[in-house]
Amino acid sequence: MLENFAASLMTIEGFAFYLFSVLTIGLFSVTVMSKNILYAMTSLAAGMVLISGFFFILGADFLGVVQLVVYVGAIMALYSFAMMFFDATRDIKEKNTSNAVVFVLGGMTALVLVLMFAAPIYSESIQALYPMHEGVGNAQDVGMVLFTKYLVPFEVAALMLLVAMIAGIMLAGKKMDDSLTEDMSADDEIMIEKDEK
Amino acid sequence: MIGLSHYLVVSAILFSIGLVGVLRRRNLLMLFFATEIMLNAVNIAFAAISHYYNDLTGQMFAFFIIAVAASEVAVGLGILIVLYKKHGSLDLDDLATMRG
Repeated sequence: MLENFAASLMTIEGFAFYLFSVLTIGLFSVTVMSKNILYAMTSLAAGMVLISGFFFILGADFLGVVQLVVYVGAIMALYSFAMMFFDATRDIKEKNTSNAVVFVLGGMTALVLVLMFAAPIYSESIQALYPMHEGVGNAQDVGMVLFTKYLVPFEVAALMLLVAMIAGIMLAGKKMDDSLTEDMSADDEIMIEKDEK
Repeated sequence: MIGLSHYLVVSAILFSIGLVGVLRRRNLLMLFFATEIMLNAVNIAFAAISHYYNDLTGQMFAFFIIAVAASEVAVGLGILIVLYKKHGSLDLDDLATMRG
């Protein structure tokens, strides 16, 4: 067992796997445990970058690039823009339910879910529906399947993203010029300083 | 060597971290972070299965999960901003208006 572990650490793949898994688990634990929104968001972004590393190890190059572009580029940027609306520097106070109960419940539920979904995988009857081709790049392979077999879901996903974009603009964009914070005095002071200049 | 089960174990650990976050957190923004963690954990499992069974279907599903996550964040953050404008807080206990 231990020898296996040491041997797999010697290979590049094994070393990268263990490094990425330790780092992602640590970073996501910080996200879940931290009281500060900024710390949580930063560690979440770092964890997303490392998860794309898993995809590169697994040979899913295109998925890794999409993970970087969409998650780190778009979603985290969206979160950090939303951070401007909320008071992010203040620590959040939460009335937590008892930790032990939550950990046991969370762990047990996750374990049951994993067993449930992993059980059919270990049966031998699985056959590749859209096998990967030798000597063809991953992006090319993905494109071939995505634009033939999965064309309709792809278009539906595009429509869904359009709807989500419009919904986001409509929800967040109303009354953008009003101040969100309760005390307007800070804004007034800035205005007065401007007038004096 | 690194096998499929290694990746599934990591994915399970990450998923349970996200689940603990969902159960433990009271701040809506933190709940969003926890759901992102869970979606990512599932994506790792999909990519690993796709690799070890030499099948592209897993990667396809991971793509659609990423698309769903992106639109979820766009709509969800819009709703959060509206909620914050209305209540001045994102705490679930403050937002509970229907008390039994």
